[in-house]
Formats: sequence, structure tokens, C-alpha cells
Amino acid sequence: MKKYDIVIVGGGPAGLAAAVGAKENGSDSILILERDNQLGGILNQCIHNGFGLHTFKEELTGPEYAIRFIDRVNELGIEYMLNTMVMEISPDKKVTAMNCTLGVFEIQAKAVILAMGCRERPRGALNIPGYRPAGIFSAGTAQRLVNMEGYLPGREVVILGSGDIGLIMARRMTLEGAKVKAVAELMPYSGGLKRNIVQCLEDYGIPLKLSHTVVDIDGRERLKGVTLAQVDERKRPIPGTEEYIPCDTLLLSVGLIPENELSLGMGIEMEKATNGARVNESLETSIEGVFACGNVLHVHDLVDFVSQEALLAGRNAARYVEGKMERRKEEEVRLIPEDGIRYTVPGCIRLSNMDDVLTIRFRVDRVYKNCFICVYLSGQCILRKKRPVAAPGEMEEIRLSKEKLLELPTLTEITIKIEKE
Amino acid sequence: MYDVVIIGAGVCGAATARELSRYKLKVLVLEKEEDVCTGTTKANSAIIHAGYDAANGSLMARLNVRGNEMMEELAEELDFPFKRIGSLVVSRSKEDMPKLRELYERGIKNGVKGLEIIEGKRLTQMEPELSEDVVAALYAPTAGIVCPFGLTFALAENAFVNGVEFQFNTEVTGIVKEKKGFTINTNKGSCRTGYVVNAAGVYADKIHNMVSKNKICITPRKGEYCLLDKCAGKQVKQVIFSLPGKYGKGILVTPTIHGNLLLGPTATDITDKENVATTREGLSEVISKAQLNVKNIPMSQVITSFAGLRAHEKGHEFIIEEAEDAEGFIDCAGIESPGLSSAPAIGEMIADILRKKIDPEKKEDFVARRKGILMPESLTGEERKQLIQKHPEYGNIICRCEMVTEGEILDAINRPLGARSLDGIKRRTRAGMGRCQSGFCLPRVMEILARQLETEESELTKMGKESLVIVGRNKDRL
Repeated sequence: MKKYDIVIVGGGPAGLAAAVGAKENGSDSILILERDNQLGGILNQCIHNGFGLHTFKEELTGPEYAIRFIDRVNELGIEYMLNTMVMEISPDKKVTAMNCTLGVFEIQAKAVILAMGCRERPRGALNIPGYRPAGIFSAGTAQRLVNMEGYLPGREVVILGSGDIGLIMARRMTLEGAKVKAVAELMPYSGGLKRNIVQCLEDYGIPLKLSHTVVDIDGRERLKGVTLAQVDERKRPIPGTEEYIPCDTLLLSVGLIPENELSLGMGIEMEKATNGARVNESLETSIEGVFACGNVLHVHDLVDFVSQEALLAGRNAARYVEGKMERRKEEEVRLIPEDGIRYTVPGCIRLSNMDDVLTIRFRVDRVYKNCFICVYLSGQCILRKKRPVAAPGEMEEIRLSKEKLLELPTLTEITIKIEKE
Repeated sequence: MYDVVIIGAGVCGAATARELSRYKLKVLVLEKEEDVCTGTTKANSAIIHAGYDAANGSLMARLNVRGNEMMEELAEELDFPFKRIGSLVVSRSKEDMPKLRELYERGIKNGVKGLEIIEGKRLTQMEPELSEDVVAALYAPTAGIVCPFGLTFALAENAFVNGVEFQFNTEVTGIVKEKKGFTINTNKGSCRTGYVVNAAGVYADKIHNMVSKNKICITPRKGEYCLLDKCAGKQVKQVIFSLPGKYGKGILVTPTIHGNLLLGPTATDITDKENVATTREGLSEVISKAQLNVKNIPMSQVITSFAGLRAHEKGHEFIIEEAEDAEGFIDCAGIESPGLSSAPAIGEMIADILRKKIDPEKKEDFVARRKGILMPESLTGEERKQLIQKHPEYGNIICRCEMVTEGEILDAINRPLGARSLDGIKRRTRAGMGRCQSGFCLPRVMEILARQLETEESELTKMGKESLVIVGRNKDRL
């Protein structure tokens, strides 16, 4: 059986940055396993710009962003295998994988970094009634068909869901010669970045219909049209508001789900709010030496933050392998998301392993205007950060200093919540 | 001139074709869609019923019990997945106990083996997630689950290998009774045959009424379903039916043969024989009623919903006989539940009717066994390694959710009566049937299918006819 110190599952942005992070922190035995025929993951189909503003201080396309990390992986001489599917990982870090040349094979790892990314929610998850004709795609599938294969999925398009991929695809389909008739969003606010609403919809005169959903799908062979309706505050369609829109294509951008089937198979504890693993300050899961980062941990809006997070996961995995990670039994400090905060990553902190400054990422549960993001240590407010707008579509972050936490020797809980003015 | 033309390539048409292929007969199956198994057979509960439901002495009762008995051997012979997992008809009210007993008695009279009424602790041990309201259940150990596609493809492929012809995208437009036999007119020309088997599902009335003055009427009775991800597949161990009682006809909860959880069906009579659209009302009925009998169903794990049509005839009985006023025209009509369970027995019965009329000679070279698409999942690590060494395409995962390899997809396209569309591949291999519902594998499956069929991607369809997957190339009309 082959042996590696660190096996990284997934060669997308998270896996690449994790590998770089591990290598730069002294690990020499790293293997990336990638199921596709090239590194870079979903970035390869994201040919629009807007990537890398935080990391490289310039605007790159997805493939440009990916190649910077791929080049770095190659410079550092990090090993990877393409067209290789990980089938199973045992709790003692035996990785079973398969490809055409080696067949089914096993690798023993000392540490594993989970970086499998996420998948799109399908139509069924929404129980949209109607027929099941050709012409209904998840937005990411359409993106791949258009950007990588050169195919036009349809000519008259309605998009359900205003997540970023949906917004990006509204612009892309328009540029490729399709007519995007409407973007419908179930919620009273968009799930995507503000800049995408402006640059992908408003600039092209594509209507965004908030509090709307698809209530019927027409067409037995190829899609003929969809019926949109307005929904009430409980998201139920309001009778009488139905509007039939003829179209041959419906794109769904209705949420992303971390691909955690391997993690679940290992018995890793999951976080309900993120559908990702529960991790500590080192991005380590409930299984010692198994780390998670990127969209498999929680769905990000910006790849820059995926890279940042993954670099840390890689560094921590290297530390773990070197035996540099503090293993003494200690009380974990739990991070409690309250009023208006859906979750935090990480979910708990072991102070002995904490960096001087730790970034906590989280999402709010609805749109808040002129609010404060507040952090309490045992009832004492240590941070009150003003936000003119906080929305579920934009991930928030705060930084905690270790010094501050150590001032309270009996600290067991940190509460994060939204407060109004 | 054909000896027999079978109209419809659903499970009954396929079962009949396979039975007839044992004899030296020239048999043709006509199917209006592009593939086997696209109508009623495609969308149902995928259950092999034990046989206690149908009225004593009915054809339904006899063929259900017989079909159930045949299933194990058939699954072995034709290599399709079938599991005898047992079923429970649960009652949530003490008042309904007499009804449960009635069902038990009926089952015994129908010849169903192993029936038992189970109560209390034993019931919770058997099925820990049953709702607290459940007071008793009729246990039928012989009930099972099957893949309806797997069963039908197996029958059809085996019939084909044994010489039966299949013609797809061919819709029967008229049947003319001749002095001897029939002329069948279709959208693709006409053919002559000695005998006709009408296995046209919801269209069996239309076909029957072309030759007979004794009109029949088939009402499409829509049933809607929700399918849950495999992570929910272990919620129940057996098929959980509701006792038809004061809450009306219930919604069943069952594991599927591939490990998903299936909920449904509703029952709504409609008029449009092509209307397989799901409805808001139907899906919410499925979701709410499924939870009456089973606790903790993770509804957030629904990956798809669909609707199927039962071919309901008002007498609620199978019509399997020669039409009185059209000699040589054999009906196989009104095949609703337990039609799938009965199908092998229906095939046998129709072949018997024809055998008595034609007295055909048996084929010496009949091939009884058929090998299904190899499922690498069923192999040991070592066997799989050897397979990939020989055929590297079995090391290339195309559908990551269902772990379907390129090897299986190639097999699905290249085998007898191979797949010609994305749905054809899906139903044969499960590629695209998993939790992402083909989000990731669609472009890759398209590429393989186009390559194998030597056609352009823009010609590929989801399910034949006008169901084109893509419309053209980027900027082609700019």
C-alpha cells in the first residue's frame, strides 16, 4: 500500500491551496487526488472575471486564478493524480480510490484534507411541480456546457434562484445569444453578491423578480414555458399572481450542498446549518488529523476566502503530521451563533492551538440594515462591528485575538449575534 | 407477415415477447416511444406485491401470486435486481382491525404464503421508525422490491436475443381485420400479422376499440411520487402500506432496490393520457401522508419527484383474453397494480392463449439466460482491479453520485436494444439518477453517447422525439 503524510481529496481551489499550505509548512509527502481530468475544479468553467481581488489584488478569470495555484503546486513539486475517484476513506485514514490505470487501490495517509467542494441542489429538492422535459438544467451544468463545451443549452431562458451562478449565467447566456426573460427569486432578497446583480442583470435589463417562484413546468419533450407566481411571507404562491412565460430553458440556481458523502462514510460529525463538518480552530473535524476546507466545509461566495481557509487547513495538517499540534486535553471554547447568525466556522476553539488572530466566518439569516455584529465572552461584549448592510448572500467575518480570550481563564463560550442600533 | 405483433414495449409487452420467443414464431413489438419501458412501466411503486389485495378468484389475485412466485427464478435467469424484503400493511386505529383481518383472510384464500398479523413490541422491533399511532400490521414476507426498468429491459433484451423484432418510434394508427389475420397501420407504414397482442397500457382502449365493437375505456389514474436520497434509504426495512381506512387510501413508504426511499402514490383520475406532470397538491399529499405511518422521514432529502399513470379499467380487473368479436386479437388491458408483480405471469398466460391457437414448435436454441449490465459495485476489490486492467473504462467514474463508470454506459449503449437517449442510459445504468440528478455527469454522458452513436451532441435527446438536450452552439444566431 502506498503511504503519504497528507492526502488531499479534491484538486479544486481548496485542495490546491491546502497542498500549497502544507508544503510551505514543511510537509514533503503530499498527494492530491482529483476526479476530473485537470486540476482547478469548478474554476475552470468560471470564465468570467472577479476572482482574486483579495488574494492577488487584481481581477482574474476563474481559469487564471486556478492556474496561479496549479503553477505553484507544480513549482513545489507536489504530487497529484487526475481522473481518480476516491471511493471511501476509513476513520484510520486509509483512502480507497480508483482510476483507469491502477484500478482500485489504497493509500494510507497520516492526515487527510477534505476538499471535495459542493454540488447544486436539484429541482426535486424544491418539489417544483409540472412535467420533466428536456431543457431544465442546474445553472452550473449549463455553465459547463456553454463555457467548456461550447454548447448553447437554450434560446429563451428563465432562471430560478438568484445565487451567484444563476446571475453569472444570466449574463453568459445573453452574451452567447440567448434571451434571458427573467430571474425569479423565492426570497425577498437575492442570494447573490450585489456586484453580480448590477453587472449581470441590471446592465442587461434582465428583470429580477423577488418573492417569486416557478409553480408549473410546461412541455412534454422540450420545455415550452414556466409559470411564475408571487409568494407570500411564508413562501406560498399567491393565487392570481401566476404569469406564464414561454421559454425553452429553465436554469436552477437554488443552492449549493457540500459534497460530504465521503465525510459521512468516515463517521465525521456534521453541522446542520452548513451541511459541512464541524471543525475546530485548526479546521480539524471530529476525527483527529482529518481537516476540511472550502465549499465542502461551508459554501463560500468568493474563492479568495476558500484559498485563505485552505492554506490554513494545509498548514495545520502539516503541523499535525509533524506532531506540532497541541494534543493535551483541554476544554474547548464553543462559538455560539445567536440572534441572526446562522452558523460560525470554526465552531469551537482550543486555545492552545489558536493563532494570535483567528478569522471566524459566518452568515446572517436575513438582510439587516445598520446593524452591529457583536461578540460576547461570558456576557462581556468585546467587539461591536457596525455593518450598514448584512445579507445571507455575503459571508461575514470577524477576527478574534488570542490575547483577549486568554484574559478570561474560565472562558467556555463565545457568543456572536446581530444587534440593532 | 408476422405471426404475432405485440403493441407496447412495457413490462407486459416485453414479458409476452420473451415467452413467445421460446417458439418458432415471427414476432414484432411495436412501441410508439423511443425505448422499452417508457409508459406505465416507467413510473410506479416498483413493488412485487404479495397478492392479498385482489378479490378472491380474480385474475388479478391469481396472476399476482403466480408472478410473485416466478420473480426469484426470473431475476436469477435474467440477471436483474429483485429483493424479497416483505411488506407491512399498517393500521393506525383499533377500529380498523377487522379490515386488517379481512385482508389477511383474503390473502390466505388467494394462496399468499406466510401472512401474519403483528402487533405491539414485535412490530416496533421489525420496523423501529413506524409511527406511535400504528397499532397493528399485516406482514407479508413474500412481498419484494424490483427495478421496473431492470425487469423490463431484461425481458425485452432476452426476447430480442431470441429473435423478436422491436420497432420504436412507431405508433399504431389503425388495425384492419383481414380474412386471415390483421393489417396494422402505423406512422412508419403497415405490416401484416396473424395475431395481435394489445399491451398498450393507457392506450389499450384505443387499440382495442380499433377492432372491437365492445368498447372498453381505460382511465389514466395519476400517481405522484417523491424519491429521497440514499441517505434516507434505511428509514424502513420493508414496504409500508397504509390500510385503506378512514384516512382514505394511503401513501406507501418503501426502500427501493437501489437503496433510495420512495414515497407515494396519489390517485387522481385524469383524461389526458400523456399527462405525467406532478402537481403542487399531489406532492404535498405525498409528503404529509407518508409521515402518518413512518416517523422522521428526512423530507429535505427529496432528490426528485415524478408521476405515473395507472391503466385503470372500471371493472378493476385485468382483461387478458381474445376479443369476442375479433378473433386473433388478444387484449392485455386494464393492467394496473398489481400489474408489475403479475407481468411474468401475464406473459405466460398470453403465450398460453396463443400457443393453443397456433400450436408453434419450440426452439431448440432458445437462450434462457441473459446477463445484465455489469455492476462493478458488486465485485470484490481484486475482481474490480482485474476488470479495470482488461477494460480500463470500468475505472472511469462518470456519474459520481451513483458511481457509474464509462464501462457501464458503453455497455448500456452497445448491448441488444441499447440506449439511444440520456434517459435510456439513466434507466439502464442509473447515471444521472442520484442526488445531483445529472448535474455533473450530463455533459460527460452526452459526449459518450454522441461518440458511440456517431452523431452530433445537438442531435441527442433526453427521451427521443423533440426532447433535444441542447439547441445549438454558442453565438450561432448572433
